[in-house]
Amino acid sequence: MNILEVNHLHVSFSTYGGTVEAVRGINLQLEKGETLAIVGESGCGKSVTANAIMRLIPQPPGRITDGSILFKGQNLVDQSERTMRHIRGRDISMIFQDPMTALNPTLTIGTQLMEGLKQHKAVSKEEARQKALDMLRLVGIPNPKERLTQYPHQFSGGMRQRVVIAMALICEPEILIADEPTTALDVTIQAQIIELFERIQRETGVAIILITHDLGVVAKVADRIAVMYAGQIIEKGTKRDIFYHAEHPYTLGLLKSVPRLDIKEARLTPIDGTPPDLFSPPKGCSFAPRCPYAMEVCHEVPPIQTELEQNHHVYCWLQDKRGKALMAQTATKK
Amino acid sequence: MTRPMLQVNALKKHFRVGKKDVLQAVNDVTFSVDTGETLGLVGESGCGKSTVGRTIMGLYERTSGEVVYNGQRVHELSAKDQTIFHRSLQMIFQDPYASLNPRSTVREIIAEPMIIHKMTMTKAERLERVIQLLEEVGLNRDHANRYPHEFSGGQRQRIGIARALALNPDFIIADEPISALDVSVQAQVVNLLQQLQQEKQLTFLFIAHDLSMVKHISDRIGVMYLGHLVELTESRHLYEQPRHPYTQALLSAIPIPDPDIEKERERIILQGDLPSPINPPSGCVFRTRCPAAMDICSVQKPIFREVEPGHHVACHLYE
Repeated sequence: MNILEVNHLHVSFSTYGGTVEAVRGINLQLEKGETLAIVGESGCGKSVTANAIMRLIPQPPGRITDGSILFKGQNLVDQSERTMRHIRGRDISMIFQDPMTALNPTLTIGTQLMEGLKQHKAVSKEEARQKALDMLRLVGIPNPKERLTQYPHQFSGGMRQRVVIAMALICEPEILIADEPTTALDVTIQAQIIELFERIQRETGVAIILITHDLGVVAKVADRIAVMYAGQIIEKGTKRDIFYHAEHPYTLGLLKSVPRLDIKEARLTPIDGTPPDLFSPPKGCSFAPRCPYAMEVCHEVPPIQTELEQNHHVYCWLQDKRGKALMAQTATKK
Repeated sequence: MTRPMLQVNALKKHFRVGKKDVLQAVNDVTFSVDTGETLGLVGESGCGKSTVGRTIMGLYERTSGEVVYNGQRVHELSAKDQTIFHRSLQMIFQDPYASLNPRSTVREIIAEPMIIHKMTMTKAERLERVIQLLEEVGLNRDHANRYPHEFSGGQRQRIGIARALALNPDFIIADEPISALDVSVQAQVVNLLQQLQQEKQLTFLFIAHDLSMVKHISDRIGVMYLGHLVELTESRHLYEQPRHPYTQALLSAIPIPDPDIEKERERIILQGDLPSPINPPSGCVFRTRCPAAMDICSVQKPIFREVEPGHHVACHLYE
């Protein structure tokens, strides 16, 4: 059952240089208890997507221009700020990349942990304190009683990220959105946090949207993967679909361009060029200018969704028969 | 036996913090780099790897120990020889956004080292050289009069590389040259560095935290932890036969982008966090997180020694 459905979502930002469409018509489904990874490079729109789901796009300059975000049938795009405040933290929680700036330096960890609980649930002070202690234990912080009265600067980076995770989970939300949760951490600390995510999901059944650029982390924790490029999803499927049966040239290029610890390659295979400028995105497929297999139709018409197998979708004319017909059409027009 | 190009002996760099505290950023680090090879230096943030690079360059003054370049002790060089040393040793920095002056054109940025080092050239010759350098790093003459903000991260890093090459150096210290770049662009820059190394017979000290990338580019790898070099060996061997418990944990913590392999892998999860370099643990600095710590580890500092040909480890398990 899908607890979250994003349909045809468009998000734009007005800037001095003109309007940038950061997210350009994406569709996503999240099932109960699964981990969906959104993968892509900086500027591809993955964080904007996450912020749009939480309705945290600063407005102005940002705006959700089209589409719907259905959380258990309720369209979040239409909700008032007041309603959203009840949903955030209670039903959908989010954790951010930088654990250093996600906590208020002037309040104790205990106060910050209990704040959300008091906001959303009718609990006594003692109950809130007990719950906060339980959460610190769940995320593996030693001496939770003592830690509750300490301030963020008394915690290391890895420990702060654990506190942030505890804060996000204290109201038992159904969805946890994690935006690059381990990028600012060292790799041995990252391993601790990833293990924590897996354990929390087993114990609480929370559905996770994991936003990252690290394919190794994705290979470890994701159930399904959506690959984004220039504001669009270009391929999505199960973890096995993406790692072993990827069909989009960008996905393939991404997989080939990272060195692997276990394999010795003489040379890496980079993707030539750089992502397009979203002030003036390409007319056809946004990857066409960098794509080694681009055909005429790719430069002219944006590709549509093609189902390769159940739940494995790709947006690429190479995989769609209709591309040929379209190519003939554009040729006659000329 | 050929003489190593660069030799670092018992290098120490301590910083004063506050009134009486001392931050031990680098402690007794010893290694050498042979002509034409790439030595990778890896470790997590705060392990002292960047400080090693900067101290070799002379950007920081060493506390003790010595840096020997082509058989000469760098700190004993005369002012004139110092200049020659700096010409021969160049650095590429991590952040392509912060390491280029935003108010200079690309041409000024690349020509600056030539002017500082008084390479006797006319203006026209200098421009010719700038264009040649731009072409070598995959840019072209049209880029010469533009400003850094007009370039993407990958292109900026190419400009940084062109600047480092301007004086025809023999040795390049690259401090996290790709960690600020996107995945698909990282491979472009790494390939460029490898190609330039072959064409110009450059020697590299490659400092990074991404062990998969370091393993890809390096002949040998040194692993650092809290200011100490804990293991040093040939890069493939380091992956296949890591000896130091920290190296073993570090390798196992790096996820491999392949779900089937990832499922089978055993992870050594290190407990706790990095101790402070202001007040490091007694004896072996890793003992507070080490799964194999023994009594001796808290008393005596392990010696960095060769346990098999070409494989150095600092650990009491192998003594």
